[in-house]
Amino acid sequence: MKKFDTNTAVDFVVVGAGAAGGVVAKELSTAGLDVVVLEQGPYLLEGDFAHDELENWAFWNSPRIGRSMLANNHERQPNTFRKTNNETAVVKPTIQYGQCVGGGSVHFTANYWRFHEIDFVERSRWGSISGTGFDDWPITYAELEPYYTKAEWDLGISGLAGANPFEPPHSKPYPLPPLPVKSSGVLLERGAKKLGWHAYSAPMAILSQPYKGRAACGHCGYCECFGCEWGAKSSTLASVIPMAEDTGHCEIRSGAYVRQISVDRQGRVNGMVYFDGQRQEQMQRAKAVVVCANGAETPRLLLQSTSSQFPNGLANSNGLVGKFLILECGAGATGTFEHPLNEYKSVVVTRVVQDFYDADPKRGFYGGGGMDARFDDHPIAYAISYRPDLPRWGSDFKRAVKENYTRTLNVFAHLTSLPMETNTVSLDPEVKDAWGQPAVRITYRNHPDDLKNMAFFRERALELLQAAGAKKQWGWPVEEVTMSVHLMGTCRMGNDPETSVVNKYHRAHDVPNLFVVDGSSFVTSGRNQPTCTIQALAYRAADNMVQAAKTGEIPSSF
Amino acid sequence: MENDSRRQFLFRSATGLGGAWLNMQWPAILAAQNHAREAANSHTVLVFQFFSPEQAAEVEAAAAQIIPADDTPGAREARVIYFIDRALVTFDKDKQPAYLLGLRELQVKTLELFPLAKSFSGLTSPQQIEVLHAIEKTDFFELLRLHTIVGFFARPEYGGNHNQVGWKLIGLEDKMTYEPPFGYYDAEYNKRQ
Repeated sequence: MKKFDTNTAVDFVVVGAGAAGGVVAKELSTAGLDVVVLEQGPYLLEGDFAHDELENWAFWNSPRIGRSMLANNHERQPNTFRKTNNETAVVKPTIQYGQCVGGGSVHFTANYWRFHEIDFVERSRWGSISGTGFDDWPITYAELEPYYTKAEWDLGISGLAGANPFEPPHSKPYPLPPLPVKSSGVLLERGAKKLGWHAYSAPMAILSQPYKGRAACGHCGYCECFGCEWGAKSSTLASVIPMAEDTGHCEIRSGAYVRQISVDRQGRVNGMVYFDGQRQEQMQRAKAVVVCANGAETPRLLLQSTSSQFPNGLANSNGLVGKFLILECGAGATGTFEHPLNEYKSVVVTRVVQDFYDADPKRGFYGGGGMDARFDDHPIAYAISYRPDLPRWGSDFKRAVKENYTRTLNVFAHLTSLPMETNTVSLDPEVKDAWGQPAVRITYRNHPDDLKNMAFFRERALELLQAAGAKKQWGWPVEEVTMSVHLMGTCRMGNDPETSVVNKYHRAHDVPNLFVVDGSSFVTSGRNQPTCTIQALAYRAADNMVQAAKTGEIPSSF
Repeated sequence: MENDSRRQFLFRSATGLGGAWLNMQWPAILAAQNHAREAANSHTVLVFQFFSPEQAAEVEAAAAQIIPADDTPGAREARVIYFIDRALVTFDKDKQPAYLLGLRELQVKTLELFPLAKSFSGLTSPQQIEVLHAIEKTDFFELLRLHTIVGFFARPEYGGNHNQVGWKLIGLEDKMTYEPPFGYYDAEYNKRQ
């Protein structure tokens, strides 16, 4: 791998080697631009991932057992949480994100849903919603479509275009056929058919056949929350990052914990200040900076990058950095069936239903979503969190776990979350991380429509399970969101510098050589399956960066 | 055994996919082998590193009520006690005081309910269940439940789940890869198609 000197300005520093950063790095470096990617997490390879629930378990349940390889560590990086500005935030793990080369794309479920046309123009179609920042995007589906296609073909997505009657236009089919259906998919399809709904083959970022020198999925089942041992999951680690490194123009520098974006006297960014693995401060000089650190860490970095020209943080002249935070909304139900489904095998999702994707005024509230069927608990997680209405130990507990581990199915709905200006990422005034930097402070309350939508989808999930022939089913509680793995909306894109942080090409309105590309660019939530759109946006943004470098609009080695 | 099959599997898969893939994945395969070898070398010897034999008997008896043996093995047969003992000298070291305190609580409650008892493990099974119900709201019981379940279902390399009894109980076959059909309903579906 190419190594760059910190004192020589590279064309681009990219912050974060995740779903977006990996794509940006590959696109820039294959165009011949020199790129250093700073990633706070470790550089793990396929051989570092194991079929070991305990090792991974810490990731979701407790940072105190096992070790957390793939995600942010709340002991070193606490975040604080409060519901409103009037409260003092308390330390409470709220945000989870991938923290290794490949970022969240390493451990994600690999659901790979495009947005629909409506997602970009929903404010125009639906009307305004008072007290929210519900708005159209500055781009349309048609503008993004070529980049969805590019992402699918570059990364390797399996699916069946045309199978979903509600899907938006695809200019090309998926590069790989769908993965084999599982019992969860069959039951979802059965239930949907009975109800007059439409189940279709899930588009997944997992290879159903060998592709670009990578192995096909072995159906091992250690998928969601795990790194793929085969490189069959189309993480940026397995797909585009090796391509970036092969160009000789890209260095992935792991263990680099960023502190501040440096600016020159003209108010242009000129490098990244970061702590290396020995917690020594370093500065990588660069002609431009692309922040792909996720919907929480990106605004945090901008807010703490204060200077005399930018006393409120970088790209924040209008005070909107960190505002309109969108956390994930979900709902669902669990059922048990007569025969074993054996969901512990193979990929998590094989069928999806999007009959209720669009919001419908008849429901009396704004909201929509899509549903998949899955059972994604490994044995420890399942047994520990076993249904609260059953004994927690003893012979009845053992019998229940024995009978139901292979026979349980969740219908999981992925839903809209309304953007609210009062929902924010800010810097905590008291709490610091292990590097002495201010902790991320989350202020969040759901809009009432989010909760109504969750209740609506819980009922649809119950209907589906019943129609599929479940012996028993029960809905999940509808609660305000206080924990999220999908972090969106804190540096929203828009045409008006007064009401947005970046323009439609992800360039900061305030700083011409600063770009922000990740979930933070989102204007609205879509249906809470952001990865596919984050990556399409990253391809589009990178395309524009290359053009800008070629025309000399931003300085580069071209 | 599992580690051997895992290693062989990785080789088989690699060679089955052709030279290019093998070359590309070579460092990854070596790393996977090392991981497997380390795990194999660290097999638990049946010696306690934290508990005294008396303490181990008490903890094991309580774990064996959390996941009891019936027509299938329980926590005792899964050697969960060795998992817990090892956890307390490795990744869960900071729980040692909680166990020492918890063992005293267990003793106090045992004597309170059964003044003539010599130990918790010496009680009859119904008596043990009664004592555990009396402490089931305590932090210690919660910790013991957690460790028992984790030890029962974690990889056998961690000392518990002996002979994979935890996985066998719930119908999980431990293979490196699977082929469709995976479950009953997709098998049925594929037949119909």
